[in-house]
Amino acid sequence: MTAQSSFTISLSTLDQMMPMCMLLNSKGVITHAGPTLIKVFKSRNIVGSSIFRLIEMRRPKEVTSIEQVCKFHGAKLYMKIRDEHATSLIGAVSCIPECGGVLLNLSFGIAVVDAVRRYGLAGSDFAATDLTVEMLYLVEAKTAAMETSNQMALRFHGEKSEAEAEAMSDELTGLRNRRALDQVMQRLLSTGSDFALMHLDLDYFKAVNDTKGHAAGDHVLQVVAEILTSETRDNDTVSRVGGDEFVLVLPQIMEPDQLKGLANRLIKRLEEPIYFRSGECSISASIGVVTTATSSYVTSEQMIDDADIALYASKEAGRAQFTLYSQDLRDN
Amino acid sequence: MHGLINRSIESFLRGTYGHKYWRDIVNELDLGFESFEPMFRYDEALTRSVVDHAAQRLGKSKDVLLEDFGTSLIVDRRSQRVRRLLRFGGVTFTEFLHSLEDLPGRARLAVAEIDMPDIEVDELEDGEFSIVIRHTTSGFGHVILGALRALADDYGALAYLEFVGRNDDVEQISVHLLDMAYSEGRLFELAIGAE
Repeated sequence: MTAQSSFTISLSTLDQMMPMCMLLNSKGVITHAGPTLIKVFKSRNIVGSSIFRLIEMRRPKEVTSIEQVCKFHGAKLYMKIRDEHATSLIGAVSCIPECGGVLLNLSFGIAVVDAVRRYGLAGSDFAATDLTVEMLYLVEAKTAAMETSNQMALRFHGEKSEAEAEAMSDELTGLRNRRALDQVMQRLLSTGSDFALMHLDLDYFKAVNDTKGHAAGDHVLQVVAEILTSETRDNDTVSRVGGDEFVLVLPQIMEPDQLKGLANRLIKRLEEPIYFRSGECSISASIGVVTTATSSYVTSEQMIDDADIALYASKEAGRAQFTLYSQDLRDN
Repeated sequence: MHGLINRSIESFLRGTYGHKYWRDIVNELDLGFESFEPMFRYDEALTRSVVDHAAQRLGKSKDVLLEDFGTSLIVDRRSQRVRRLLRFGGVTFTEFLHSLEDLPGRARLAVAEIDMPDIEVDELEDGEFSIVIRHTTSGFGHVILGALRALADDYGALAYLEFVGRNDDVEQISVHLLDMAYSEGRLFELAIGAE
């Protein structure tokens, strides 16, 4: 290898090309520091201090003397500033045999985003060829683009949830609709959960509609919805599946007495007069009930079908009745 | 045209002339939506008709409206992001002017599909710049003119900027830089949220 030619450059040239460089003497004392480093260590007198007091050299291994530093000639050193932030630094080391000292050029590496804030650095604090400013630009641009995307995703998600909720509920009463009912039943059936299905059909509702008008009818349906909701638990599903037909899904209620009690309470409350524009509307309800104990149901249709049979039996028996489904209802 | 650009125009119109003014445009053009989605793409003709209609309603020329839009990108608090991203281009206004050629590349680093014109900057003599803007949709020139005027202030430079003209796809701006350090300018901190 031929001897490398050397030339002299001024410290100001060095600072301009490498604003984060420092010169160390053979004892590790800083004899010169670039303007950006002076800014970073602002209150501490960097020139004249030992590098090892200001900076912890950590990788590839701990380095505590200038002889060890020289072993990393041409290599990359990982360090941390000894301050409250422990800011990471990357350093390139070049040993200067003539004086036994070291030229160290530093960079913040990936820590630069935090470093510029911490030390109040500006574009002019970095070398013209340094990509720091481009990197900061990119970080900020990506953050902005991501934020815009996230906001959009969030808004779309909100709209989707709303649309889904709308698709699952009955517009007039706010109760769940047929689609929601099917979903709930499918879930319960597929997990083998115990539940009762109550099919409720209003009695004398057609008369209200015919004599008092549709507005009265709508009002009655809304009052019925309120009663059904208030008489059931939060985890019960109350749905309106037809004009004056309601289906209640009641998890964990299997006892005929308990079901009978609930049905009678519902009928009693529904029979209380409902007032609409100074007029009085009177209705009642017929109820058919089936539970998962009756048969090993696979589909919701089978179960609703059985509840229908029970409901029909209630109607036959003179309305305002409750019937629990059993096989002999079909046989008769 | 990219939704971000359309949305920026919308924000400018809403912020400057009110939400009602914007809703009227939406209704009169029968856009079928309330607001542009920032990450969607829209037909260029749609952007053109929004700008044309907005200008016509205000009794302003389209060029003046677009220049105002460009200025608002730098001056308006709502679009601080744009101003910040542009200021990353250079430490001084001259440096910034020279970085303008990189602008389309920079913009695409942030949002890959964004529409940006090709920009060519020549320093003819000391302090005299010619900026050539190339895009199939006319109007970028006036937006950039408005933005550059505001940016000169932002950097604290005193400059005289002029729209030279348009020829096919090419628009040209001249910059006459009188004083680089005319005023303090506005602070630009590299760290986000530090200003």
